[in-house]
Amino acid sequence: MRNEASDVLDQFRQGNMDAFETLFHQHQRAVYGWILRIVRNPAAAEELTIESFWRIHRARGRFEPAMGFEGWARRIATHAALDWLRTSRIENELSTEMLAELAAPLAADPGVTAEIRLKTAQAFGRLAPKLRVAATLAVVEELPQKDVASALGISVAAVKLRVFRALRLLRKDLERQGIRP
Amino acid sequence: MNAHDKDDQQARLKKLLHQTLPPVGAGAGPERDLWPAMLRRLDIESASPAANGRAWDWAWFDGALAVGLAALAAFFPAAIPLALYYL
Repeated sequence: MRNEASDVLDQFRQGNMDAFETLFHQHQRAVYGWILRIVRNPAAAEELTIESFWRIHRARGRFEPAMGFEGWARRIATHAALDWLRTSRIENELSTEMLAELAAPLAADPGVTAEIRLKTAQAFGRLAPKLRVAATLAVVEELPQKDVASALGISVAAVKLRVFRALRLLRKDLERQGIRP
Repeated sequence: MNAHDKDDQQARLKKLLHQTLPPVGAGAGPERDLWPAMLRRLDIESASPAANGRAWDWAWFDGALAVGLAALAAFFPAAIPLALYYL
């Protein structure tokens, strides 16, 4: 017996706008949340959610049912976020809210000053986007490496390598600034 | 530096990263329904020439300019660097 969800997916593949609207409303929150984890900027996350669904709509003929809509949408959203990171400047990524958060004293560890955290955020922003995304999802968000691999369309071994390289480059950058983590 | 020191350093670096960039987590959602913005985007894209299968919308003067440039290149090859300079 075919269920309602697979009917909606079939109709979406055939270009039915009602089916696309249903999928949009079902998944916009998850796609937005995923993008926000990568770009950490609510305004950009909204814009990129629209961009991702536009790409999803355009690529509907290539949708692979085996991957599931959520996984497929997440991969497209990850690539849209990566494209944004490639074109945006480091200063844009450190939003006003983020700078205010960095300036606030850290109750848990007073040894880590606001200056150290600001320099760490800037050094992290200087990493190549593909390294930054892997480290953000695997280290900061602590997501399973297989989920990160699936979203990026790479192997788990490649995720491990990107995270390793990201942390090594981050450490070197901080050491050049006199910060020994 | 031995393997234990390296692991320690790696753990400290991860902790610093966590303190600098706290996880956003899975609960975040947009503040508004994005569907109206999506519809606007679909309208804009469907109205663009590329979406209608016409990546290039040639006007008659584009064709005339191309023919003129081709004629110039054929009869006055020495003018090619000059034309390239002004392009």
